[in-house]
Amino acid sequence: MGRITLEGVQKSFGPVHIIKGADLDIPDGAFVVFVGPSGCGKTTLLRLIAGLEDVSGGRILIDGNNVVDVPPAKRGLSMVFQSYALYPHMSVRGNIAFGLKMAGLPKAEITQKVEAAAATLNLTPYLDRKPRELSGGQRQRVAIGRAIVREPKAFLFDEPLSNLDAALRVQMRLEVTRLQKQLGTTAIYVTHDQVEAMTMADKIVVLNAGRIEQYGSPIELYQRPANLFVAGFIGSPKMNLITGAEADKHKATTIGVRPEHVTVVDDGGEGWPGKVVIAEHLGSDTFLYVDAGALGTLTVRVVGEKRLSAGDAVTLRPEPNRIYRFDANGHSIFA
Amino acid sequence: MATRQTQILARALLSPAVILLFIWMIVPLALTVYFSTLHYSLLDPGSERFVGLENFEYFLTDPAFLASLQNTLVLVGSVLLLTIGLGIPLAILLDQPVIGRNIIRLMVIAPFFVMPTVSALVWKNLLMHPVSGLFAWIATSLGMTPIDWFTNAPLLAVIFIVAWQWLPFATLILLTALQSLDEEQKEAAEMDGASALSRFIYLTVPHLARPITVVILIETIFLLTVFAEIFVTTGGGPGLQTTNIAFLVYSQALIQFDVGTASAGGLVAVVIANIVAFFLVRIVGRNLEA
Amino acid sequence: MARKVTGRHVAISTVAAWLAGFVIFFPILWMVLASFKTELEAFATPPSFLFFHWTTENYVTVQERSDYLHHALNSLIIAGGSTLIAMLIAIPAAWSMAFSPTKRTKDILLWMLSTKMMPPVGVLVPIYLIYKNMGLLDTRSGLVFILCLGNLPIVIWMLFTYFKEIPKDILEAARMDGATIGRELIYVLTPMAIPGLASTMLLNLILAWNEAFWTLNLSTLNAAPLTTFIASYSSPEGLFWARLSAASTLAIAPILIIGWFSQKQLVRGLTFGAVK
Repeated sequence: MGRITLEGVQKSFGPVHIIKGADLDIPDGAFVVFVGPSGCGKTTLLRLIAGLEDVSGGRILIDGNNVVDVPPAKRGLSMVFQSYALYPHMSVRGNIAFGLKMAGLPKAEITQKVEAAAATLNLTPYLDRKPRELSGGQRQRVAIGRAIVREPKAFLFDEPLSNLDAALRVQMRLEVTRLQKQLGTTAIYVTHDQVEAMTMADKIVVLNAGRIEQYGSPIELYQRPANLFVAGFIGSPKMNLITGAEADKHKATTIGVRPEHVTVVDDGGEGWPGKVVIAEHLGSDTFLYVDAGALGTLTVRVVGEKRLSAGDAVTLRPEPNRIYRFDANGHSIFA
Repeated sequence: MATRQTQILARALLSPAVILLFIWMIVPLALTVYFSTLHYSLLDPGSERFVGLENFEYFLTDPAFLASLQNTLVLVGSVLLLTIGLGIPLAILLDQPVIGRNIIRLMVIAPFFVMPTVSALVWKNLLMHPVSGLFAWIATSLGMTPIDWFTNAPLLAVIFIVAWQWLPFATLILLTALQSLDEEQKEAAEMDGASALSRFIYLTVPHLARPITVVILIETIFLLTVFAEIFVTTGGGPGLQTTNIAFLVYSQALIQFDVGTASAGGLVAVVIANIVAFFLVRIVGRNLEA
Repeated sequence: MARKVTGRHVAISTVAAWLAGFVIFFPILWMVLASFKTELEAFATPPSFLFFHWTTENYVTVQERSDYLHHALNSLIIAGGSTLIAMLIAIPAAWSMAFSPTKRTKDILLWMLSTKMMPPVGVLVPIYLIYKNMGLLDTRSGLVFILCLGNLPIVIWMLFTYFKEIPKDILEAARMDGATIGRELIYVLTPMAIPGLASTMLLNLILAWNEAFWTLNLSTLNAAPLTTFIASYSSPEGLFWARLSAASTLAIAPILIIGWFSQKQLVRGLTFGAVK
């Protein structure tokens, strides 16, 4: 079991409020991703749950028990660090076994569990090597092995993939998700990469400046962002935000259109006229950056190869039912 | 890391060191201040009385003080000049591609590990002895008159001994600093068409400025209190020619048994050292931020 | 070094460097040579460099004078004891400041450093009198205590800079793995810090072994370490050059070897991390 509940959790370092009151209910077995720009407090929130920092206020419940005064060792959680934090003087076997040894398990049981974890992670041939003899991806696996072997109530991941190269990151993303589903253990995963958040999470927590902006499934966040911040943060390339007369037409202070919901038309019909500033040809997609006069520079995503280049005049047409509307406070207006 | 529990533990673990050092700093210093205001002679026990600043007046106006202050400054200044002046070319030389660099490094560093009493006596007897010393033999072989170092140039002799001991320190620090000079930076300068000389002036010299400052400050701290070398070679003499402040205080205290004056002298030494320490602490502190 | 260098450059700097190294090392070499001469040869003019009658009789004489062994033992006890005690006090303190720093940590470190800068002569009088009254003059424990305090700031500083380099994450990982603070120290921190602990100990051993202010002033016979013992050759026995050389060689040999091993860490320790 691993249900984690935050009630009004606060954290300040002296006069600086890092977490300004967080309420959250993470059901057992869920994969929850904390995402936000750097400095938003996501790592601090994770460390509060881990017990590596004390809360300044509020309660943290694990399976209904308040753990704010429980030391990290006794919370039954395990953590994968950004730097992997492997014990450099121990072999892979020693690293994975350390937590079990601390728990005082019998030797035979430790060996059996370590070997099972190693087999799951394809680490068996490396069990007797030291961390420095491993590649980045293998070290990452050892860090994960160290986390799963203890059968914790929940896994805490602190940007675990950010030190890997792009190809390996995609592969590990899949592996981590699959492993978590297979074990059915609750996981909290911190990242600044919204693609990681969208692809891995059951539910995403968007954090900004110490506050939870929105908590919901990836598709909810994409389709019904609660406010301008979430709208701008989720989705890639970023949503186009337009203010002024065009927004007034929709009875909103700001309207937003995602690049994938704009089409380039040449039927002479209604639309936003503009001039292509830069065209990025990715093969599968073409990204156009279009100077649309009073509307500003808009990003447009066109599927496939579009033969346009800088200086070409185009007409843009947003999908009418895909226009997001925001009020003066930045909150979403839903019809 | 920053949980209450670990913080309390951390305070508890730090306190023995802090308390010990605090006592070590405050108690003797307070006693020195106290003694410095007394007429207090170990030869005349029971005669202690408060005399205010008389001891300071006595110590500071004693011609021996001015002489020893001068000796101290000459000693510190000359040794700094010698160690840095020789240390820079030596460090640059050792930074070159030299065959057997590690062995040379060991030979250069060795004098630093020789205890002061040994180096002082080896220099005094085996090298600087006016009749049987090696220097005398060299001078005679070259047709010159051997120098009687400890009679005619006693302070210079002490300076040479101390400089020999500290040259390795300066060289080693400057060499370490040189080796941390980024190779890519040097190559970039070379690509920019900088000659070896201008690379030295615009890259190496600014890079060495900081380590040189560190060498000056640390050596000064230790050189202000040179004691053993004087103690075993000249005993401060002849006359006062090699008496520095540290030795003067020692002789006031443990030869003349004048506790009051010695304490006043000790405080003068503390003040002088603190002027240097002030700058050193600031440099180290700045480094701590980085 | 990826830079290209000419053979001539290498040849010139090699010759110059060997020459410089030899000149600097020469007094030590000369002393070692003298220790194998007879007293007469050590004193002779012109001096003989290698073609003298090699003898180990000086070493035998020095060994036979049981007081040499006595002083060597004193040196060992005083340097070793003060180092061990300093380490015991410094390890927890450095651990605390490196891994649980507060706003005042920097000030505390600098204050500790400043205690090292106090000239010993400034407190010679009270220390001498306190020792006299407490019967600590010419005792090993008195010297152990004062050398320990004198070197404590350097030991704390060196350990602090080493501990600082150990990633905090790894200690936190141990904590998440269920290790108590004690086990974290034993199983994780100590093994990772061993190189740093060793070089700190070695440097402190060197400094304590060679310390020649307090040892000269606070010991005469019973507790006198080699520094004081060698100093006794300055006056009447000063004529026994070969014997002095043998005693000196024995006194500096162990420390020279230790020093050569720890020279890399020396820079860092003596500059309080200002130069690495």
